[in-house]
Amino acid sequence: MKKRTFLKGAAAAVALPLAMTGPAFAQEKTKVGFIYVGPINDGGWTQHHHESAMKMVEEIGEDKVEMVYQESVPEGPDAERAMTQMALGGADIIFTTSFGYMDPTINVAAKFPDVNFEHATGYKTADNVSAYSARFYEGRAVMGTIAGHMTKSNVLGYIASVPIPEVVRGINSAYIHAKKVNPDVEMKIIWLYTWMDPAKEADAARTLIEQGADVIFQHTDSTAPLAAAQNAGNVIGFGQAGDMSEYAPSPRVSSIIDNWAPYYVSRVKATMDGTWESHSVWEGINTGMVGIGDITDAVPAEVKAEAEAMRDAISAGEYHPFTGPLKKQDGSDWLAEGEVADDGTLAGMNFYVEGLTGEIPQ
Amino acid sequence: MDLSAINPVLLVASLMVAATPILLAAIGELVVEKAGVLNLGVEGMMITGAICGFAVAVETGSPLMGFVGAAAGGAGLSLLFVALTQYALANQVASGLSLTLFGLGLSALIGQRYVGERPPPAQRLDLPVLSDLPVVGRILFSHDLMVYVGLALVVAVWAMLKFTRAGLILRAVGENHEAAHALGYKVRRIRILAILFGGACAGMGGAYISLLRVPQWVDGMTAGTGWIALALVVFASWKPGRVLLGAYLFGGVTVLQLNLQAAGLAIPVEYLSMSPYLITILVLVIMSSHRSGAPASLGRTFHASQ
Amino acid sequence: MLKLEKRRQPSQVWAYLAPVVAVVATMVAGGLLFAFLGKDPLLAIRTIFWDPLFGEFAFYYRPQMLVKGAPLVLIAIGLSLGFRAGIWNIGAEGQYIMGAIAGAGVALAFYPLEAWWLFPLMVICGALGGCLWAMIPAALRVIFGTNEILVSLMLVYVAEQFLASVSLGLLKNPEGYGFPGSRNLQQYPSAHNAELIAGSGMHWGVVAALIAVIMAYILLNRHLLGFQIRLTGEAPRAARFAGVKPKQLVLLCMGLAGALAGMAGLFEVAGPSGRISIDFNAGYGFTAIIVAFLGRLHPVGILLAGLLMALTYIGGEIAQSSMGLSSSAIQVFQGMLLFFLLMVDVLTNYRLKLAKAETA
Repeated sequence: MKKRTFLKGAAAAVALPLAMTGPAFAQEKTKVGFIYVGPINDGGWTQHHHESAMKMVEEIGEDKVEMVYQESVPEGPDAERAMTQMALGGADIIFTTSFGYMDPTINVAAKFPDVNFEHATGYKTADNVSAYSARFYEGRAVMGTIAGHMTKSNVLGYIASVPIPEVVRGINSAYIHAKKVNPDVEMKIIWLYTWMDPAKEADAARTLIEQGADVIFQHTDSTAPLAAAQNAGNVIGFGQAGDMSEYAPSPRVSSIIDNWAPYYVSRVKATMDGTWESHSVWEGINTGMVGIGDITDAVPAEVKAEAEAMRDAISAGEYHPFTGPLKKQDGSDWLAEGEVADDGTLAGMNFYVEGLTGEIPQ
Repeated sequence: MDLSAINPVLLVASLMVAATPILLAAIGELVVEKAGVLNLGVEGMMITGAICGFAVAVETGSPLMGFVGAAAGGAGLSLLFVALTQYALANQVASGLSLTLFGLGLSALIGQRYVGERPPPAQRLDLPVLSDLPVVGRILFSHDLMVYVGLALVVAVWAMLKFTRAGLILRAVGENHEAAHALGYKVRRIRILAILFGGACAGMGGAYISLLRVPQWVDGMTAGTGWIALALVVFASWKPGRVLLGAYLFGGVTVLQLNLQAAGLAIPVEYLSMSPYLITILVLVIMSSHRSGAPASLGRTFHASQ
Repeated sequence: MLKLEKRRQPSQVWAYLAPVVAVVATMVAGGLLFAFLGKDPLLAIRTIFWDPLFGEFAFYYRPQMLVKGAPLVLIAIGLSLGFRAGIWNIGAEGQYIMGAIAGAGVALAFYPLEAWWLFPLMVICGALGGCLWAMIPAALRVIFGTNEILVSLMLVYVAEQFLASVSLGLLKNPEGYGFPGSRNLQQYPSAHNAELIAGSGMHWGVVAALIAVIMAYILLNRHLLGFQIRLTGEAPRAARFAGVKPKQLVLLCMGLAGALAGMAGLFEVAGPSGRISIDFNAGYGFTAIIVAFLGRLHPVGILLAGLLMALTYIGGEIAQSSMGLSSSAIQVFQGMLLFFLLMVDVLTNYRLKLAKAETA
């Protein structure tokens, strides 16, 4: 059993006489907490964290771990309270699954040095705070390859969410690989400033289709764009966050799946046997954190084979989606022939590659 | 940038679709406000309608029944507002805000079973000759039924307010409830009917989003549409015809914004999204100098003993 | 048939009894809801109402109630003055946002300068930001007679869009790897609205809220202006004879409400929240309207109502993580509480009577 310290320091000792001794009950199970930004059935980001969490419990065993969660936690002071509450309630490891939880996680972690924290998609770490994130751009490279082959109008539509590096990486990766197999493609991008707003997503998809796009990428989480693609006919799209297989075999021809379960299992196990250490990881197709959903028969066999070959090459580490020669949008050189982008540049990516039109909103 | 990619015909057609939910909700709220009641719970009633409609459509397999269910759901929730404001004489602003909070929670509770479901598809109107006409066919004759229901409601409300005795009484109640009461009109009964009508319309507006525009159920999926509908009523200066105009303007700004982005035009999205509200304020100011403003009793509590 | 009859005097008994009746009714109705959802109703009610105050970790939750309740009380006090005078500012959410942006903007402009005067300057700018934003509907009403309910509401959306714009542009943290949102003011000592006593939850916003309660009480009961405010609300015509200048009163009440809301936003962004971000506003401005009415527009009532709301938020969160109740169930429960509180209020001013026929 662990002893917890809360708000170390003299002032805290006066204000909080109770806290130092730790809970008096015996604790056999490892308690795992999850803080979610949306409802657990949002069909997107939060749902897949929650499903991965439940898989983790199933795999390790309900007799060994207990899972608690809180959904729809606003980013900011409410998140800090939710985390503190879990730590006080005896959680041994807490996963905070949204970028906006970064500073609150660091704050709370400082008060509970014996609790392990895992923050998704951020860049700050501490002795008891790890950062984990997925290389979704690897998946976008595969999707871009399929899109480049499949488009007949040579117009690709991209529904972008919030202008952050992760989304920009996705756009660049998809565009580079579509262009590679089809030099005539152009990409139209709509920024929605939201991760999930089905009505807006539907409108955006319809707009892109009306402007000639016959492939729709989405970095937003609802199935509304796929429904719009289906209504339009002859338009394809890709599942996002989840498989969205209810729209297979077409318009959904493949998908990028968030699969956090293997990571959750390994980190909870590390906590249980005391080998947990702070780290900052960025995992991709290789560990299964980024899954590529089944490529349906709507895609010709040779295209499917090419896409799968790329997936395997990325997974094996033989191919990096950002390999030179690549130029930035303004025509300046970025990567020389054969050069591979470093993670630092990718982490803060705030530019389009050459050929993309429009500007990243500032 | 390639503005030629924007097809004006399709733009107008999509604008009509984007405008329909706010049009439905706003025309209902217009009647409520004409009766002198300010119900700020439109968002709550819309989201409740969205899930009730979705649930009924999924269970019965009929989108039409879905809209009936949505109207019932929206009106049902507005009964709470009736109880609070017409019987318990509670403040309308606070009651309306509470209604929205409650509706958002309730819809999410009901909706837990319907996440990931797909509703039965609704038919688009497809008239043999008319729908194939160039330009006009796409704009006027190839929408789903609810687009026309929305338009019909606008006409009906306009005619009711302008030509019928019921409309006259409704306006009298909204302008001066004491005088209306003294003339023997049943102020409370009229207001209750107006509130229920408003709830039903908001419910249908919500269901339009969950059943046709998206179609899918997601928690909180109306995402502030109800508040836009409230703005719209004001923008329209309580005139049905202008509600239609305003809905197309508000919807038009949304659709145009997306189109300009897709065409590669760098536009400050936030400032464009602000514009309908700024225009609304401007309209309010112009109107108030013409003394043709809000119903005089708007938001005031009425009790017969006063 | 039941009928309401207006009391000559508001009932003192019911004024105190009504909130208790409402809370009990909510417990019953909420208990039924929780039971229907397959949770232990007694445990849920206890978790929501008892645990934050007297449970094992109450030492943490009690201060948190201050953190959560302070902005609500501060905003609601400002709003209540206007509401009493029949001036309907429902745009506090926008004023809260603009106050936060103005105050944080000043701090970020001076970053990384450390100076004692920075925080007071931020508070002033926060108050000014909110005040000026509220002055728009106030001025429009005074000059053109425009309806302030609707203008103030419209300005909330404008403020939200402006917030998105500055989070992505002007105030974006240059060292934030391109993520939207400003620097964290918690890491900028001169600008940080820290707890005055660690672990107590007391930050300047809580202090300001308490001062506002006291000042509002004195204003309403001991001051000519307070008398004018009350008179304008209760008998506008009489007020005019008594020398009240309605236009000045509108400007004053709206300006004061805006300033308090702006300060609440500043204290929040410089303290518990730390950053300007796209969804920085958490609806305090709207919730405060409800708080103002729950507190019957009385300063002490508002204080209690703010704490009650904070209690249900915090208790609701505990019930979520410890009992697995969904956030939507908690939302419905809060909605019920508001309904019951608003509903029983009628008994203070009216009595129920049996009547033969409906007359209304």
